[in-house]
Amino acid sequence: MSRISKSKAPWIIEKRCLADYHPTTTITCPPFASESPVVSNLSESVSSAKAKLDAHTVETVQWHFHPSTGSPFWLEKAKTYKFDPLTEVKCFDDLKKFPHFEDEWLRGGPISRWIPKGLAGKPAYVFETGGTTGIPKSRMVIEDHWIDYENFSDTLPDESFPRGSNWLMLGPSGPRRLRLAVEHLAQYRGGICFCVDLDPRWVVKLLKKGDVAGAKAYADHVIDQAVTILSAGHDIKCAFATPKLLEALALKLMDKGTSIEESGITGIFAGGTEFTPQWYRFCREELLGPNVYITPTYGNTLMGLACGKPFDPADNYKITYFAPQPRAVIETVEFNDYDQLVGYGKTGRVKLYTLTKELFIPGFMERDEGERELPHEKYPWDGISGTRPFHEFASTTTVGVY
Amino acid sequence: MLEIPVIRWGKPYESMEKTPVVHFETGEALANVNQANGGLIKMDMRKAAKAREILRQFTIEQLCEMCVKAADLYLNATLPLGNGTQNPQEFCRIQSATTGLPENMCAANMRKNAYVLQHMKEVLEALTRGLPFDILTNGYGMESRGIMVSYQAQTSVLGMVLPSNSPGVHTLWMPVIPLQIGLVLKPGSQELWTPYRMYEAFAQAGVPREVFCLYPGGFDCGGAVMETCERAMIFGGAQTIERYHGDPRVQAHGPGFSKILLGDDMVDDWEKYIDLMADSIFLNSGRSCISASGVWASRHTEAIADALAKRLGPIAPRPMNDPAASLAAFTVPGAAKAINAQIEELLKVPGVTEVSAKYRDGDRHIPHERYDFLRPTIVHCTSSEPAIANTEYMFPFASVVQCPQNEMIKKIGSTLVGTCLTKDPKWSRELVDATNIDRLNIGEVRTNQLHWMQPHEGNIIDFLFRARAFQNSPPPAH
Repeated sequence: MSRISKSKAPWIIEKRCLADYHPTTTITCPPFASESPVVSNLSESVSSAKAKLDAHTVETVQWHFHPSTGSPFWLEKAKTYKFDPLTEVKCFDDLKKFPHFEDEWLRGGPISRWIPKGLAGKPAYVFETGGTTGIPKSRMVIEDHWIDYENFSDTLPDESFPRGSNWLMLGPSGPRRLRLAVEHLAQYRGGICFCVDLDPRWVVKLLKKGDVAGAKAYADHVIDQAVTILSAGHDIKCAFATPKLLEALALKLMDKGTSIEESGITGIFAGGTEFTPQWYRFCREELLGPNVYITPTYGNTLMGLACGKPFDPADNYKITYFAPQPRAVIETVEFNDYDQLVGYGKTGRVKLYTLTKELFIPGFMERDEGERELPHEKYPWDGISGTRPFHEFASTTTVGVY
Repeated sequence: MLEIPVIRWGKPYESMEKTPVVHFETGEALANVNQANGGLIKMDMRKAAKAREILRQFTIEQLCEMCVKAADLYLNATLPLGNGTQNPQEFCRIQSATTGLPENMCAANMRKNAYVLQHMKEVLEALTRGLPFDILTNGYGMESRGIMVSYQAQTSVLGMVLPSNSPGVHTLWMPVIPLQIGLVLKPGSQELWTPYRMYEAFAQAGVPREVFCLYPGGFDCGGAVMETCERAMIFGGAQTIERYHGDPRVQAHGPGFSKILLGDDMVDDWEKYIDLMADSIFLNSGRSCISASGVWASRHTEAIADALAKRLGPIAPRPMNDPAASLAAFTVPGAAKAINAQIEELLKVPGVTEVSAKYRDGDRHIPHERYDFLRPTIVHCTSSEPAIANTEYMFPFASVVQCPQNEMIKKIGSTLVGTCLTKDPKWSRELVDATNIDRLNIGEVRTNQLHWMQPHEGNIIDFLFRARAFQNSPPPAH
């Protein structure tokens, strides 16, 4: 439980222990990569990470497919397979025996079919994606969002995200994971989170009916609230914002003769395919200035949060993400064969795996594509760069509405 | 490889994102274009007021003289372009290669743009109805008849979200610089050549570079230009027009539905006007909003349609560098196929006949691996009811519609250019009063034969300036 010992907020420890699950079954959660001693021999680190992933995979499959701990959904699904997950999954690559996960399975109820028996009775959340029209996709969560963001916390530099300082969360709340997750991150680091909500479903509706002025007015309404909070003396030093909202906030502050830096913010994380190398550079050089740290993240409700490779001028603003292995894995696969990895530097579609006690996803085809990247010392497994909407969907996808 | 930067108030900017612009036939990358992002535009527009300040250091007359010089440079000089240079022949070649417009049409568009620049002073005199230019510069002044007038600039810059495939639209923004208003251009992804060449020509003619921004980029760039410029023009389809309808900040240019109307007094002589009709439909490959998409008459419509079909139906695509090439290619994948399918569907309606098919050796749609052609199509409609009677496509296409003269004005709907062949004073008066016709030609004028001293889709002076009251002394006692 090393993640807890790093917290500067003792009451959180208590909460986490109370919420800890299944005391009789130990799932080894290997330390997040940043906690690993830097091993000079990258290939050794890669092998070690691979071994951990294999072990974690087996353990996760055992949990989800064992009649005493598995979820009704997977136990039912297993009956349709021509293989036995309990005996025939011996490493991560064996997950390819599963048919691809269909995200349509996440639409509709009952949501309880996703709760593993081993976690029955725990307080559960539902987070949703999509949902502008029709039934949204739902994911049941108990504590994954906390764990994901605690792990992410360990990658944040304290000098830019000072522990004990307060946060601004500028993005969607409602049925999304973000608000609760960022709020937990703030609390985990000993701070309090101030939240400004944005309803992306409403923005999509406005844009679809061509009401650009309405969407702009709504964005202004959101930004005005953020400006007010920042001016209210709450000692806010850290922020999460979507790229569009951060941009609007920074420009609004400039219009008022001040800036993100002058408002006291020293560290920001933002995410999504709109966080492009050009936008990264624009942020550092013009929008925020050199004294405000910004780091990209990539993730979704299903996967958790992938971290950006630490900024290095030599990268020329290339953004490379690494999944929080072994809890989640990102593969970059061929467009015409989703079981085949592309070569390093080559372009492919993003395939996600989620391997936590709460959720098992053996290969979900994300709506993004990118280039496969080599492992990094800090993250000794494959990364992905240049994430952008999958070209076959790009023209029909509304991106970056918030 | 030609590398084309973003231009931020005259300064080249290298982006982290570059997009190749490719030859429509071969897919070969012809240039790498640096891509702006929306935030960067919003950031730059915070300094927009400077552009007008800089331009007001010159008189409008001086700027008009610079336009004359720029016209010559644009038409004849070898000018810098990104990390290379470009002469006029190279300009036409690359514009043709990315837009699918034959080289001879690119050259014709060049001459048209240059003409407008050369005659800028007359154009402005016409559009301002002889207003002394210093009134626009100072915001107010005394007219020669002793009346105080005031024209207040409504913006420091004009934003333009330009189309990808239509090099003919650039004349619209050329008067902006001499009107002492800066230019913020978001070029179309396939037709950035005119904006960049014109920028360089203006700069070399003495216009300070600091009054220009050129932002090649994605949709967010167009959005940022539209959001931050107090006055903007955008080009698009009916949906775009609808979106900006009633927004005083925006002039939206879309389909023209331009038409030729033959009055009952002249329709019996229709054969005399076949050249005028064919040229209105066909020139510039029918790609302009000012190209005629309809010929309306109360009688002889079948014969008119047949004559037009006989003239245009056999015309086939030729290589882009063939001086006789007259058909432009469709370079957007699937567009021609979809249009063709839509036409076939609309032809199924009773009373609609395609007349050109019998004069064409082969199909209307000629698909290639990376591009397509649609061959000229003439349709006859026995009434104005079928949807195809009032349709416009980006190729030489026209419906010849039978309609009684007394119903014509009502039935033609919105019409950008209406060429009306009549000498009937009563009908002429009705045509003059018809508010659904924007540019009215009464007489033998092709729909695409624009006089540059006339306003186009609204007077740009009225768009950029507002006439208002100004007094610096009390009025006479009354």
